[in-house]
Amino acid sequence: MNSLKIIFDRDTWQEIFGSIQKNKVRTIITIIGVLWGIFIYIALSGSANGLDNGFEREFENIAMNSMFVWAQRTSMPYDGFKTGRNPQLKLQDAQILKNNVPEIQFIAPRNTRGAFGGGGAQIVRGTKSGTYNIYGDFPEYTKIATKKIYNNGRFINQSDIDESRKVCVIGERTQKELFEEGEEPVGQFIRIDDIYFQVIGVHKFVPGGGFESDGDVFIPFATFRKLYNTGDDVDWFTIAAFDDVDVVAVEKNVKQTLKRIHRVDPRDERAFGSFNLGEVFNRIMGFARGMTFLSLVVGIATIIAGVIGIGNILLISVKERTKELGVRRALGATPSEVRMQIILESVFLTVVAGIFGIVLGAFVLAGINAGTANLEDFPYTNPTVPISFVLGALLIMVTLGTLIGLIPAQRAVSIKPIDALREE
Amino acid sequence: MIKINDLHKSYKMGSSSLHVLKGINLDIEDGELVAIMGSSGSGKSTLLNILGMLDVLDEGTYELDSVLIEDLDETKAAKYRNKFLGFIFQSFNLINYKTALENVSLPLYYQGVNRKERQEKALRYLSSVGLADWATHLPSELSGGQKQRVAIARAMASEPKLLLADEPTGALDTTTSYEVMDLIQKINQEGKTILVVTHEEDIAQMCKRIVRLKDGVIVEDTKVDQVLAAQYVQ
Repeated sequence: MNSLKIIFDRDTWQEIFGSIQKNKVRTIITIIGVLWGIFIYIALSGSANGLDNGFEREFENIAMNSMFVWAQRTSMPYDGFKTGRNPQLKLQDAQILKNNVPEIQFIAPRNTRGAFGGGGAQIVRGTKSGTYNIYGDFPEYTKIATKKIYNNGRFINQSDIDESRKVCVIGERTQKELFEEGEEPVGQFIRIDDIYFQVIGVHKFVPGGGFESDGDVFIPFATFRKLYNTGDDVDWFTIAAFDDVDVVAVEKNVKQTLKRIHRVDPRDERAFGSFNLGEVFNRIMGFARGMTFLSLVVGIATIIAGVIGIGNILLISVKERTKELGVRRALGATPSEVRMQIILESVFLTVVAGIFGIVLGAFVLAGINAGTANLEDFPYTNPTVPISFVLGALLIMVTLGTLIGLIPAQRAVSIKPIDALREE
Repeated sequence: MIKINDLHKSYKMGSSSLHVLKGINLDIEDGELVAIMGSSGSGKSTLLNILGMLDVLDEGTYELDSVLIEDLDETKAAKYRNKFLGFIFQSFNLINYKTALENVSLPLYYQGVNRKERQEKALRYLSSVGLADWATHLPSELSGGQKQRVAIARAMASEPKLLLADEPTGALDTTTSYEVMDLIQKINQEGKTILVVTHEEDIAQMCKRIVRLKDGVIVEDTKVDQVLAAQYVQ
């Protein structure tokens, strides 16, 4: 009989069920070892994945490979300039950067009043007024940091820039403080530093985005420069790199390019400041990935321990069944048939245990999911195990089950039928 | 049926070696019912093991049904056992978690007979030993005599050339022993060659020929007038 035929033969399985059922308690205890292993594996890697997804959710409002770059003071004399100069970022730098650093996907120059010290803009509507941070923005900005705009509204678009329209996007708090409850702000006018602006949208504030707040007001960059007479000056650039590039390298390139444009010593580390969100994100994701890896290692180690347990039990079982195996041999079972039976018992026990473990693990993950579903500020979402991990685990179990089954199987065929029968 | 020529067998016991069979010559014809007798240590079990291909001989030749049995590896031995031989053991050696019917069909399973045919055949042999009603019972639910009859049915199921019975009545009381011997005699009358190893004189007398072994050699080989076990069985 070839081995494939044996595997698909109903009688083979009847033989296996027969011998497994013979000792139910032992079978159950054996199964628990592997069941526990695969359960740990599923529960751990699912939880790690939940953490992973949670972090990803936290960062979903901002491009994961983005960075900010701003100008500071030079710390080295260069090209005839003295040290301590303040280079000024210019609007045209954006195009140069894009040309020189092809890894840049989006670049959004930004200006602000209020965000980094100094007073914000005085905003008045009727009898209500307040001071808010104001930003001059390009539409590209929303490609880097997602801005959720409430119904009926929109963010700044290209026409707003082209025509220097006096329009603005206000924050939730701005709306609350300047408008009556239930009043529709879109289409209304407010006064920003004594100029009338039409409200075109209200943005939903998402925490975790750094220095921004729920009171921020966004106006077109072109309008901002006219309002505050900033010319081509830019406070900082928000840059998003393409998905699969090395953000640290991009950051370096951007800064080197800026140093060249603004005639700063290439070795001057202080002239331009930057904050690399991509790097931070990578670090956090690295942690999450580490967790996943750890759970993988622990899970697989536990599975191996469980499978070794099965091998151990089968070894004892073979010893107990010496006589039975001897009888089978006397009745004409070939050594390969005996070996196959023991190995299949091992694989069968392993796989059954594995499937129970997977089901149990899935239940626990479902429980964790239900428990954490409503926790907004806890970075934990959708704890699942990729199907490839599950199939991989099953494959590992079948392989290990076969390998470990070889030991008792070899023991079983090494017993001579005559010795087996003599044993009383 | 069996031709044994100058058979030697010895076992290594540490540094010394124990010469168990010292030149056995034995011819057994088709349809014979032979008792092999001898005290313990006479070599009768060793002879049976060699005949049953559970053990290999050191010297000499063994021919079974005109096939020279040599160069036995485990796989080949298993095939030969399955094809030529039926075993009946003193302690029955039924598989205790299988029903009577499953036990009887086991050698057929190893012959590769398909399921349906196996069941039919096993049931037929089980009825031939009068246990058709007990087909679904486990060995633990059967009496000693019934167990041995199941074992005989199992030995017969593969339709072997030769039945080897190792002390088939050793674990049974006298009445049951005679019942079992009656069954063995009937199977023999149907033409099956049977070898019975025993140390009980009355059992030996129920065979057609007695071969006595002592210290590894045949000391006596006589035809006897068979005592029919049926007369003791109600």
